[in-house]
Amino acid sequence: MNLNATIIGQLIAFAVFVMFCMKYVWPPITAILEERQKKIAEGLEAAERAQRDLNLAQNKAADELRAAKQQGAELIEQANKRANQIIDEAKDKARVEGQRLIAAAQAEIEMETQRAREALRAQVAAIAVAGAEKILGHAIDQAANEELMNKLAAEL
Amino acid sequence: MANSHEVVETTQTASEYVQHHLGFLTYGKHADGTWGFAHSTEDALAMGFWAINVDSMMISLLLGLLFLGLFRFCISKATSGKPGGLQNFIEIIVEMVQSNVKNAFFGKNDLIGPLALTIFCWIFLMNTMDLIPVDIIPMFAQWVSGDPHLYFKAVPTTDLNITAGFAIGVFILVIYYSIKVKGLGGFLGEFAFHPFGKWALPLNLLLELPGFFAKFVSLALRLYGNFFAGEVIFLVIGLVGYWQLPMHLSWSIFHILVVTLQAYLFMMLTIVYLNQAHQTTH
Repeated sequence: MNLNATIIGQLIAFAVFVMFCMKYVWPPITAILEERQKKIAEGLEAAERAQRDLNLAQNKAADELRAAKQQGAELIEQANKRANQIIDEAKDKARVEGQRLIAAAQAEIEMETQRAREALRAQVAAIAVAGAEKILGHAIDQAANEELMNKLAAEL
Repeated sequence: MANSHEVVETTQTASEYVQHHLGFLTYGKHADGTWGFAHSTEDALAMGFWAINVDSMMISLLLGLLFLGLFRFCISKATSGKPGGLQNFIEIIVEMVQSNVKNAFFGKNDLIGPLALTIFCWIFLMNTMDLIPVDIIPMFAQWVSGDPHLYFKAVPTTDLNITAGFAIGVFILVIYYSIKVKGLGGFLGEFAFHPFGKWALPLNLLLELPGFFAKFVSLALRLYGNFFAGEVIFLVIGLVGYWQLPMHLSWSIFHILVVTLQAYLFMMLTIVYLNQAHQTTH
């Protein structure tokens, strides 16, 4: 156990090494550690934020889906109503048209009947006159018998 | 008779073996006025204070440079992203030191962290030299120098000069920061007026001063004693023939614990003493 100048050498070396460590070793390592801690903290925060955003988006999507479904249902209902309305309108129109056609046909039939009757009446008068001429043997004065003929025709 | 003579002879060589291993490669001024290496322990003692243990000094410097070089090398490639293997290892050490400083040091001083890191790593490396088989490094030194009787001690922490160098460094820092934080009066007042008030001043001094100095003496002696004793036991085991192998193994495994523990302890006590230097209330 001999103490000698080694103690001084070691003391100087100690001082120099500590100073070197303090200047060139400790600060960069602690800086790196701090930087990594910050990065990790930021990463965690970002993850949390993303999770929150995701939840928000999911809620929003669900809301929109619900709204879209409701709107769709409304549209379908409206369309159904409209379709029924159109069908009803068509039915009404068809019915009116049919009645109009029927009425027109009846009117024509009536007119035709009238016309046939008129013609028949005229012909009956002529036939009656011809028949009478034959019976009497001579011509009947048309003018004198016209009134009679017309009366006959009206009776038919 | 011849038998007992032989026994005496072997014990002598055994003690010579141990003695030889405990000697240092000391460079200094011989009694006759010339400079050179000491050839025996007595020779080294006769050189007085102005001699230097070249072996422990050299290995101490090499290991210190190894520590700083390794860390610098790692820093040059370090990233704050995903760390690689070596960077991970170094970060674990730095974080360990950092958390210990945070837990034991309540002042604010940028020196404490690097100081604790240097002490831990450097002393750890020095202590680790103890795990290298006791004869390898001295034999290598003898082979390099060509002197078969060369003294060479491979474990710097078995040299009281080295451990005392650390302790004195810490001592100077404690005194410096005590005076800086508390003022000279405050620092001396701690010795003079505690614990019994100013009327018991001599008694206070008697109680406080030895305690203060004992901290640093024990700091140096604890580390030195642990590794000196460990070294002696390695040397004694080295005398036991073939049975030394399992014994060396078990003692080395036990010593891994001591190596780490003593380095940690030295660092921790340094932090605690410096913390006391920064505390204004006694």
